[in-house]
Amino acid sequence: MTLNRRDFLKFSAGAASAVGLSTLAACAGTGPAVGGARPKVVVVGAGFGGATCAKYLKLWDPNIEVTLIEANEKFVSCPLSNLVIGGARNIEDLTFSYDGLKKLVDNFVHDTVVGIDATARTLRTASGRNFSYDRLVLSGGIELQYDKIEGYDAEARKTVMHGWKAGPQTVALRRQLEAMPDGGVFVLATPPTPYRCPPGPYERACLVADYFKQHKPRSKVIVLDANADIVSKKGLFMAAWKKHYGFGTPDSLIDYRPSSKALKVNAATKTISLEFDDIKGDVINVIPPMRAAKLTELVGARPAEGKQAWCPVDFRSYESKTVPNVHILGDSAESNMPKAGAVANNTGKMCAAALVELLNGRPLVIAPVITNTCFSATSGTTAMHVAMVFRADQDFKMVSQPLPDKGISKVESEAEMKFMDSWGKNIWADTLNLKI
Amino acid sequence: MNKAFLLCGLLAVAQGAIASTDGVDKTVRFMAANCAYCHGPDGRSTSAIPSLAGMHKTRFVGSMKAMKAGTQASLVMYQIAAGYSDAEIDAMGDWFANNK
Repeated sequence: MTLNRRDFLKFSAGAASAVGLSTLAACAGTGPAVGGARPKVVVVGAGFGGATCAKYLKLWDPNIEVTLIEANEKFVSCPLSNLVIGGARNIEDLTFSYDGLKKLVDNFVHDTVVGIDATARTLRTASGRNFSYDRLVLSGGIELQYDKIEGYDAEARKTVMHGWKAGPQTVALRRQLEAMPDGGVFVLATPPTPYRCPPGPYERACLVADYFKQHKPRSKVIVLDANADIVSKKGLFMAAWKKHYGFGTPDSLIDYRPSSKALKVNAATKTISLEFDDIKGDVINVIPPMRAAKLTELVGARPAEGKQAWCPVDFRSYESKTVPNVHILGDSAESNMPKAGAVANNTGKMCAAALVELLNGRPLVIAPVITNTCFSATSGTTAMHVAMVFRADQDFKMVSQPLPDKGISKVESEAEMKFMDSWGKNIWADTLNLKI
Repeated sequence: MNKAFLLCGLLAVAQGAIASTDGVDKTVRFMAANCAYCHGPDGRSTSAIPSLAGMHKTRFVGSMKAMKAGTQASLVMYQIAAGYSDAEIDAMGDWFANNK
């Protein structure tokens, strides 16, 4: 028997692992599989982060055995879902099967992870299946903290939507708006920073106002911002609100109220209580504070309640700084990059690139530069963007580079809506291994 | 080895990256993969955002550098191009020209 290079790497992997891990000072990581076994990676969560990571692991090293575990039967995109709430798109336009990924990964499992043993490197699922791993990737997105808002209990959640995880919530919120009579009030309570999709609440205000302008012109959008000011693309949103929705005039379709944090919800009376005021609506939409997904708590990687809400990671590999062999992607990771689909997609690739080297006992390849481009719709036909380029500094943190015009659109345009549409098609294809 | 490849190799070393022994520069491969969320998987787009796969290197590098310099109009890329070094632009130009 002759050994090819891959076999040699497998046989020598145990000894070689020290080389790779010496570059990961913060992690007492476990090396690659030994004795010729294929290294095993389990990825939990097939959203933008996890699905992309699983796909690129198979593209860059088909020898790695990849198991992808996802609770939902279908992928529903959060990006562009505000267009469904505004009526410019259907939820079907944003819904995709996992067939492309099922063809690529070794095991695709529809299940929910209920327990993780980080010492034994095993996990179990709700249906009672057990999986072992050399490296575990957790890409569970966000956990919504309903308990931070009084009255936002299971009963209230039957009628008060957040619409911050696309799917049934998105559709239900759209139906509530369709059922609302003209002259009604839509109240949107935003979450405090940091949260998933910083421009999202302001984009939603645009698209609901756009719907009212066309179909229910006597209605109004009230934005109760938990933050002191618009947190993303402020100038562009203000310009769009003025241009399309009469912002700043007595007839404005949008009433923006900064420093108006929702403290209490009464679902029966559709009332949101602030510190000094109660705001009643015909449709209320309350986005609670959020933190790293529950999954990260199962493995002990989420900081305790009251400390930071997200999981510290080593930006070279996205390995947890507290739990070895566990990598945390996307919105759950503590990062100075925004909690955005494109960032999750690209950090999925960063993690995959790192895992390929680690599991083959080689030093890490450090990504020198990554980008994020995020489009926001300002009406059913116009959009604008923010672009960011991040570079690794000497501590391997990703630092935002200064860009012309601060990386944002000079002005919203119909051309950018075409780009937003194209961006959606391309990121879904990239993430889900769809044919294009 | 052409000049651009040498440049990108030097770049990779300068940034502590390791070029693989099987002829694939993984730093450039990652930089190209980064583009896929807008420009499609492997740089193949069938909608408004242009494809990069198979683009002639002269065109890729010329456009990126002109957008970076502000002499070629664009909605988004003049900003993103400004975040890349000329050596990185050359290396990505080689990558997309060779990956049709």
